[in-house]
Amino acid sequence: MSDTTKEPILSVQDLAVTFDVRPEGAWPWTKPLKLHAVGGVSFDLKPGECLGVVGESGSGKSTLARAIVGTVPSSGGRIVFEGKDLAAMDVRQRRGHRKDVQMIFQDPLAALNPRMPVGDIIAEPLVTHYPNTPRAEVKARVAELMERVGLLPNLINRYPHEFSGGQCQRIGIARALILRPKLLICDEPVSALDVSVQAQVVNLLAELRRDMGLSMIFIAHDLSVVKHISDRIVVMYLGRFMESAAARKLCTRPEHPYTQALISSVPIPDPVKERARKRPVLEGELPSPLRPPSGCVFRTRCPKAQDSCARNLPAISDLGEGHLVACPFHAPAEVLAPA
Amino acid sequence: MFPEKAVVDGLADAAHLAEVQGRSLWKDARIRFFRNKAAVASLVVLIAIGIFAVFGGLIAQYERDFIDFSLMGANQTKGTPSFATGHYFGTDSSGRDLFARTVQGTRISLLVGLVGAGVAVVVGTLYGAIAGYFGGRIDGIMMRTVDILMSIPFMFVLILMLVIFGRSILMLFIGIGLISWLDMARIARGQTLTIKNKEFVEAAVATGVSPMKIILRHVVPNLLGIVIVYATLLIPGMIITESFISFIGLGVSEPNTSLGALISAGAGQMQYGVIWQLLFPLFFFIITLFAFFFVGDGLRDALDPKDR
Repeated sequence: MSDTTKEPILSVQDLAVTFDVRPEGAWPWTKPLKLHAVGGVSFDLKPGECLGVVGESGSGKSTLARAIVGTVPSSGGRIVFEGKDLAAMDVRQRRGHRKDVQMIFQDPLAALNPRMPVGDIIAEPLVTHYPNTPRAEVKARVAELMERVGLLPNLINRYPHEFSGGQCQRIGIARALILRPKLLICDEPVSALDVSVQAQVVNLLAELRRDMGLSMIFIAHDLSVVKHISDRIVVMYLGRFMESAAARKLCTRPEHPYTQALISSVPIPDPVKERARKRPVLEGELPSPLRPPSGCVFRTRCPKAQDSCARNLPAISDLGEGHLVACPFHAPAEVLAPA
Repeated sequence: MFPEKAVVDGLADAAHLAEVQGRSLWKDARIRFFRNKAAVASLVVLIAIGIFAVFGGLIAQYERDFIDFSLMGANQTKGTPSFATGHYFGTDSSGRDLFARTVQGTRISLLVGLVGAGVAVVVGTLYGAIAGYFGGRIDGIMMRTVDILMSIPFMFVLILMLVIFGRSILMLFIGIGLISWLDMARIARGQTLTIKNKEFVEAAVATGVSPMKIILRHVVPNLLGIVIVYATLLIPGMIITESFISFIGLGVSEPNTSLGALISAGAGQMQYGVIWQLLFPLFFFIITLFAFFFVGDGLRDALDPKDR
């Protein structure tokens, strides 16, 4: 899918997101602490490409997604979408651009207003950006889209609590697609669903992506799901870029020690192979993003960490074919990835 | 997984089926409310009191300000409640028909309660929702304003207002309207803080819905349940406040009256053997408050089933 000749539809350059955190019980005038949720992440997304973003909880994946969608302000870097820097726009300018970038949320039920019938929920983006659309046409578009995502259109007047988790996620997908966006950001769209329903939703997304020519950013903490749908995968840790490569390459020949640990933590559904493989288990906990380690943020848990890691941010080395890794001691490791 | 051709055709057929009517959360709450017998009985009582207050004047035999001089001084013997004389509730110390006066008093008391609660719902909810939604400095300024207004002893201000601007029903409404929304604003703000972090609000922001539309379409409908319950419980408080003002001799002026003023007058006449002058207004006062409390409880159970 990825065509190297095409201009990227989205180019994220050195993006940083920081939050102000007020220490508990502090005075109102106390200087708030800075929480670096995302720091210096860059990547390009080509039209029609699907980029997976993985990392454990607290690695800044969702914040990255929210900064691109624009529900969280970025504190540095550029988000260039079709040649225009979204991060530099003011609120009003940006609102006009929102119809091209839509988002699907993690908790399918929480993402739907419980007081609105699903027909109104799906129609909301359309009614917001094209307020003069006749009611009949809005209804027709909603019905068409509901059919498209596998819902019966005659359920248009039902309320979110009358649907199952998988159905709610389909409603969320319908809402995200009604404006025919160019970029769809999926923030852990399946992690709240049953495994059997997960497959249905992932396949639906893959199908829609092919039919509508969508570019996608697919976020998950489950590598096996991301691998299934993505062309390329970015690995993040504590808000920092670790490694990115083509999906197959990253899963079979990861270079970064964190990626290696991440992949080997995915269980293999074969007890013999599972017992035979040796897995580098990560020690310790994710450090607090309020006080990240100096230098490479992963050094406190890294099996290859050296003294120099504490001094400088690791340089990003390009291994060719779009394989980037932020570790000077990277080495390919043959990892037995799940099928 | 995309449905196959046959399935799509099936879906198309299904599309022609009648649209299924959904059961909204409001409808669910209505069903739960009507299952609560005490609440429904109280609602019936409230409606009856409302009818009494609005249409009671039609069956009264006397005007509320008609003074029967023949009864003056002979209240204890000639002013007793009786169908024969047409004074259903007896007469007051000035020889005026107590039935007509109770009808009018109930009307004023209900009106005070409803206006107070109405102002609280409209102003308080919007004020709190705006403060909570925008947050930051706007929130700080708006809520500190509420804090300052709340720290002013309002009964003192209300009495001063009534003394300076003269006693009138309008002044009473303004005074009660000014303070009733403060608590509501705090409640609405607290609720908004939890609602604005829900993903459906984020989805609306991401889509590009304007902040005012988000507040009206996504925030307010979701905090309305608590607001309605609180408003129902606020009405009795308003009625009590008005009664107190009238009881101490401020509030509505003659010949108009309110339940508080009637109770005050009745209490003053107790030792002369005309106990009905106290009991009839007191009965309507207590019944009204009771009914509002029970309806409020019923609404809370119906709108917030998790907290039962």
